[in-house]
Amino acid sequence: MENIVEIEGLSKDYEVGFWRKRKVRALDDLSLSVKPGGIFGFLGGNGAGKTTTIKILMGLLFPTEGSAKILGSPIDDVKMRSRIGYCPENPYFYDYLTPLELLDYFGQLFGLDASVRSSRSEDLLNAVGLEEVAWKRQLRKFSKGMQQRVGLAQALINEPEIVFLDEPMSGLDPVGRREIRELIAGLKAKGTTVFMSTHILSDVEALCDEVAILRKGRLFATGDLQELLSRDASRGGFEIIASGLSPAAIAQIEALSKGAFVSGKPNGIAIEVASEDSIEAVLRTIRDNSGTLISVLPVKQSLEDLFVETPAEN
Amino acid sequence: MTRTVFPIILNTFREAIRDRILYNLVIFALLVIASAILLKDLTDGQEGRTIVNIGLTAMLFFGVFIAIFAGVGLVSKEIEKRTVYSIFSKPVRRSEFIIGKYLGLCLTLALNVAVMGVGLTLALVFVGSNTLAANIWPALFLIFLELMIITGVAMLFSTFSSPALSALLSFLVFVIGHLSSSLRDLGATLGSQVTKVVFDAIYFMLPNLSLFTFRTEAAAGLVPSRDMLGYSALYALLYIAVLLGVAVMVFQRRNFK
Repeated sequence: MENIVEIEGLSKDYEVGFWRKRKVRALDDLSLSVKPGGIFGFLGGNGAGKTTTIKILMGLLFPTEGSAKILGSPIDDVKMRSRIGYCPENPYFYDYLTPLELLDYFGQLFGLDASVRSSRSEDLLNAVGLEEVAWKRQLRKFSKGMQQRVGLAQALINEPEIVFLDEPMSGLDPVGRREIRELIAGLKAKGTTVFMSTHILSDVEALCDEVAILRKGRLFATGDLQELLSRDASRGGFEIIASGLSPAAIAQIEALSKGAFVSGKPNGIAIEVASEDSIEAVLRTIRDNSGTLISVLPVKQSLEDLFVETPAEN
Repeated sequence: MTRTVFPIILNTFREAIRDRILYNLVIFALLVIASAILLKDLTDGQEGRTIVNIGLTAMLFFGVFIAIFAGVGLVSKEIEKRTVYSIFSKPVRRSEFIIGKYLGLCLTLALNVAVMGVGLTLALVFVGSNTLAANIWPALFLIFLELMIITGVAMLFSTFSSPALSALLSFLVFVIGHLSSSLRDLGATLGSQVTKVVFDAIYFMLPNLSLFTFRTEAAAGLVPSRDMLGYSALYALLYIAVLLGVAVMVFQRRNFK
């Protein structure tokens, strides 16, 4: 099936300074594609270019260079917008409206019938966990977390084929985050594609099928999350955990091969070796010294390793 | 087009009502009632005329105040509060948004003028000026047209400058707009070619608001001719179309950072 989002060579320069204007590149030659039906995590630290990219896709910013398509249509196609949803980062809505009125208003912009607007609004406010007593309260009295829930509800009023969520967990407490995680997983189960920007890595690991990682406006990595994490397994090598070894035996293991690194663990010691070749020698030493082998596991690169820029990469 | 513009009109109207813009009606009502009661005793047969003068002038100034301050907020508030993010990710064209917001405030102003008109009519009936009470409505219509132009000016400025500067510039346009016709006549008599060109430019670029001034005549019991009403309405509509066209052009190119 065709990709649901196609981005090609997208760049964005901002002008800064009052008298002497100079250009700052916020997004640099970004190309990526998103397959339909999954949850796509769009990752990066503050200022990496995530929100800029989403705003370009939503038609709020004009790209300096490049182009993008959503659902096969160019991003400036207004009709295409009836098939997508968007929840901005730290959303803020008309504070004189109640959540029900806001959803009704946005439903009208999609041309939905009054009965559909009414039933869908109630279903969505329930789904995002907004208590019924708040449905008819003006939004000016809402906390950040409550605004976030309303933001998610309005993004789904048109039952979109793809929904763009910019930091959807922002402002939510742990219970709220779990509820919204379940909601996002539920969207995927219904066949809605979710494009989610975040820097909360546990959410990414729990939800995302594919990810793209931005660093300083450039694409650093993209692809299947599990593949990305295991792609560089050799870099991490293997971790052997053993117990019941004397200090002399540990010293013997450390001397065995270059790169073996021994550290303490609650259940014994962890020995990291760089390659498969060193495993057998370490195991033999453990057996010869009457130690107990607990586990041998390949060391996977963590999402944090991918996410965080090392000084060398910088 | 109407599918998206209509909800925007209604929402803008609802915002104005909930922001208590129409509270000015209370002050206006008190002013007109007080005038009617006081003038009934103080003036000798001229109370109707004075009430019309006070009423229409107050109506214009209350209306201009709303047109400028609500007008500059129409777009800038949506950008500042980031509500445009949610609107433009939906199937709404920027031109539809501008037109909807504009018409929403015009609807509020129409209600404001109509309610004030009813209050003024009742005050005139109270002092026994029944003919004046019936004849003021064309003058009210002209005031409404002027307010529509000022709203358009305020909205245009707010698409590219700060609310405070937009309000100041809109007020200047209101003042100069009332003088532009006289300035043009003055320029023609001064004999300097440069002055004439400058005053002609002001006359053609800024709205000629003297076309909508009929307060003194209305107080004297006069009614504008159909030709005057028709020409003023046509002028207002064309001027508003240009204002909205330029506002849309500016807004189309705007990035929402």
